[in-house]
Amino acid sequence: MISKINTSGLLKVVLAVFLVLFSSSSSYSNKPNQHSSVSENHSVSDSLNKNASKSETVDITKVAFEHILDSHSWHFWGEGHDALVFSLPIIIYSNTKGLQTFMSSKFDHGHASYNGYNLEEEVIKSEDLNETIYDFSITKNVTQMFISMALLLWLFISIANAYKKTGITSAPNGKQSFFEPLIIFVRDDIAKENIGGNKYERFVPYLLTVFFLILINNVLGLIPISANLTGNIAFTLVLAVVTLLVTNFNASKTYWKHIFAPKPAALWLILMPIELVGVFSKPFALMIRLFANIAGGHIVVISLVGLIFIFKSIYIAPVSVAFTLFIDILECLVALLQAYIFTMLTALFIGSAMEDHGHSNEEAASNHH
Amino acid sequence: MTGSIAAVGAGLAAIGAGIGIGQIGGHAMDAIARQPEHTAKIQTVMLIAAALVEGVALFAVVVSIMSK
Repeated sequence: MISKINTSGLLKVVLAVFLVLFSSSSSYSNKPNQHSSVSENHSVSDSLNKNASKSETVDITKVAFEHILDSHSWHFWGEGHDALVFSLPIIIYSNTKGLQTFMSSKFDHGHASYNGYNLEEEVIKSEDLNETIYDFSITKNVTQMFISMALLLWLFISIANAYKKTGITSAPNGKQSFFEPLIIFVRDDIAKENIGGNKYERFVPYLLTVFFLILINNVLGLIPISANLTGNIAFTLVLAVVTLLVTNFNASKTYWKHIFAPKPAALWLILMPIELVGVFSKPFALMIRLFANIAGGHIVVISLVGLIFIFKSIYIAPVSVAFTLFIDILECLVALLQAYIFTMLTALFIGSAMEDHGHSNEEAASNHH
Repeated sequence: MTGSIAAVGAGLAAIGAGIGIGQIGGHAMDAIARQPEHTAKIQTVMLIAAALVEGVALFAVVVSIMSK
């Protein structure tokens, strides 16, 4: 029912939970980049400025990883003094000095140390070996998430208010016209189809949140200067963990019996570990699928642009641009498809965990239309 | 030209996923041709199966990225 969707309070709570979980897990997302060293700081635009020196080679792998990984400052374009870089706040908790906050510009892109700290390949290290640091910084990805959250809240609160004002009897207008079919799609073709029965309504707010959070972040990630949030494994990890919890907290007795007391009791020793692995491997696959699809797409785009700099020829540019355009359009499809697949598999897992005594209920429900 | 054996692994994974998704797509097309009235349901099942096959291929891609 549409009136259920009006309860945007739930949406806000779930988003807030995502925020809290994600901000604490951001310290794991700063993977060290093995290919780079600070001294050879080439990038695409750098070599563009100095293409007179033909001996210079571009490390596309490094450039690609710089684009898909999280960082402590938001780099727009340019190199050195021409660069447009927004420095972001750094929040660290150390066991000796306590909570500290300062801007990332203090590090001067990893060239300077500040207050006894160094920024080495996007990981903050202390000069004091006894000090342990927990990094809660508002990194590029966290900033991007704030932006997408503001966008989501603005969109959906205003849509929900429009329904409150006019009800569901009048025709939708404005933003409503675009989002109503998507909301109906998630409710009817994802939730009702896969969860079935009359229990699906409880999960519609969660499924809608997941769908639009992934969709908006996928689409925002395609904009050249923005951050690659859904291609970050920490982000997809949090989404997958929430799905794991939702699935298992709503599981029926049959589901647990299936795991801990399988039918041929003699096979208990073999079947129980397999079923237990299955519980965790399903959300794990969700995590990897979204992360690898989006990160892989970004790597392909940057590699195609990078062909120009690998071959060092202007004639390769039309080919490269044509392929990039093609891949970018494909990525728009992937953005929608991955949001759909994540949401649909979540609904499928919830549906199969809640199922009681075989398929009879679901079959009866789906044969009606 | 330099590279690593991980690239060969990524290529092999792509072959496997290509065969898998090709089979799924082909058979789904057969099924839709036989029973056009069930197109929506077949497409859903097709996408689930394709996502599972793709998931395995993506595991391989992630492993080959990490092993570089």
